[in-house]
Amino acid sequence: MKKRYIITTAYIFFLMLPIYWLVSMSFKTTGEILGGFSLFPQEFTLENYRTIFTDPTWYWGYFNSIFYVTLNTVISVSVALPAAYAFSRYRFLGDKQLFFWLLTNRMAPAAVFALPFFQLYSAVGLFDTHLGVALAHALFNVPLAVWILEGFMSGVPKELDETAYVDGYSFPRFFTTIFLPTIKSGVGVTAFFCFMFSWVELLLAKTLTAVDAKPIAAIMTKTASSAGYELGLLAAAGTLTIIPGAIVIYFVRNNIAKGFAMGRV
Amino acid sequence: MAFEIKNITKKVDGQTHIKPTSLILEAGHFNVLLGETGAGKTSLIKLMAGLDRVASGQILMNGQDITRLSTQKRNISLVHQFFVNYAHMTVFDNIASPLKVAGMAKSEIAGRVEEAADILQLRPFLARRPHELSGGQQQRCALARAIAKESNAIFLDEPLANLDYKLREELREQLPELFAGRGAVVVYATSEPEEALLLGGKTVLMNDGRVTQFGTTAEIYRNPLDITSAKVFSDPPINTATVTKKGAEVVLNGTIKWALDGDAANLRDGDYAMAIRPNDVAPLRTSQSTVGVTGQVQVTELSGSESSAHFSFGAQKWVSLAHGVHIYDIGQPREFFLDPSKCFYFGADGMLAARG
Repeated sequence: MKKRYIITTAYIFFLMLPIYWLVSMSFKTTGEILGGFSLFPQEFTLENYRTIFTDPTWYWGYFNSIFYVTLNTVISVSVALPAAYAFSRYRFLGDKQLFFWLLTNRMAPAAVFALPFFQLYSAVGLFDTHLGVALAHALFNVPLAVWILEGFMSGVPKELDETAYVDGYSFPRFFTTIFLPTIKSGVGVTAFFCFMFSWVELLLAKTLTAVDAKPIAAIMTKTASSAGYELGLLAAAGTLTIIPGAIVIYFVRNNIAKGFAMGRV
Repeated sequence: MAFEIKNITKKVDGQTHIKPTSLILEAGHFNVLLGETGAGKTSLIKLMAGLDRVASGQILMNGQDITRLSTQKRNISLVHQFFVNYAHMTVFDNIASPLKVAGMAKSEIAGRVEEAADILQLRPFLARRPHELSGGQQQRCALARAIAKESNAIFLDEPLANLDYKLREELREQLPELFAGRGAVVVYATSEPEEALLLGGKTVLMNDGRVTQFGTTAEIYRNPLDITSAKVFSDPPINTATVTKKGAEVVLNGTIKWALDGDAANLRDGDYAMAIRPNDVAPLRTSQSTVGVTGQVQVTELSGSESSAHFSFGAQKWVSLAHGVHIYDIGQPREFFLDPSKCFYFGADGMLAARG
């Protein structure tokens, strides 16, 4: 093996090791996990997955998560599109300040907002709803989406807009049939990042839900029973949470590279 | 078809970009907007296209006021310097797009697109995407989109500037026949005087947001109205110097003298700004009437059939442009010969006072 491959190989090895360990654990019994060190499952079992796929409190956790994450992605991208267009195409009073202020929303820790959100949601009836969590996550994702989309939109020359108007396109028609297809990789990248941030965010999602909209990550913290931690079950649930992210990454992998090239991701 | 603008102005952030401008542009010939980068050509086109709002003034098309009419409703075409095409559409759909928006029948669209594609030799590429074409083909696609639509006015904003030399020559030759007989007002912006001369028609000289002269291209090349127009319509830059007229003679730098005749002889005595085109300053004596000027050769360029030399004498930095290959020694003094009959004399107000 050539020298230059060594670092890459070592990097990938260390990167994959915890993931391998998680997957391997999910096929072990809790007894074996606690029993000692084993590289492969000695006693291969699908019992952990069976529990998750048959117990509604478990699989509803996934549905809840996927539901509010999707809702959040749709809200964030559709709200950010017109905002990013305005930032990219027009000069108005305080535009640069407003743009920066949007970004500062991402700088505050989620914990700061947890209590006000909880209080507000309890008052208006958004507590423990998918929409509630999706809206709370929009606080972080809308600025991010505006930031990324603005980069992609500014990469499109203004002459494209002008050409379309000259050709007779009205603004809405131009935006939907010309502009959006032109920046579709930007929309893909934005959707991916919104999805990811909402998918891994735990604090707000946990604070603002009780039963009906409880995310999978919150349910996982409940595996502590009188018999101790059910580690095998926890590992299986963890493995399953990786899958949606992996699927989304697969679809936008080429666009992400483009996003990095644009310098906004 | 005629396009008329009356006293239009344009302001950006309190700064005047287009000073009061009035023009009548007609169909049947090229209307070339000639000026340096930043002279306001693109600004003027945007105003005429309705992409920008005028601060004051009126725009008329065939006598109808269209000042407040939106771009979409003006029925015009526009080709930018950069190749602007719709990246996600095929070439066919690109050319067809204005027709589709206008709600034309499918069968008619196909006929029009194919006609435009044939003229611009795009027929083999109709199924491709713009990014699969070369730069010249992409710009031809944009041109095809502009001519497929039967518009009232076609604006071409330096359409050839981003193409390489060969393609530029090729397309420039095609342009006049492309728009001939279409009945549309053709406005062509360029920063190259040579291009204006090659395209013919009428030329609008622009400088610093102002129209300095407007007329038949050959006419305004021969008779610049003022010194700015003379400068705009000359490449390489026109040679200028301050001369003093006394009696029947003018004196340049105290020592170089020549006799005046014709118009110039009747000028009042005093200082004038003199200008002469580089191709009227020759490296060899061609006739007895030419006047010798000795200058230090600084830079020389050889471009195919022409040789140019930049030389300085006194406070002047001049250029000589001559046919054929001439060898100059850089840093050495050399005598150049100006033709007094080709001189322009401008008064203190910058207006043309007399020709040599």
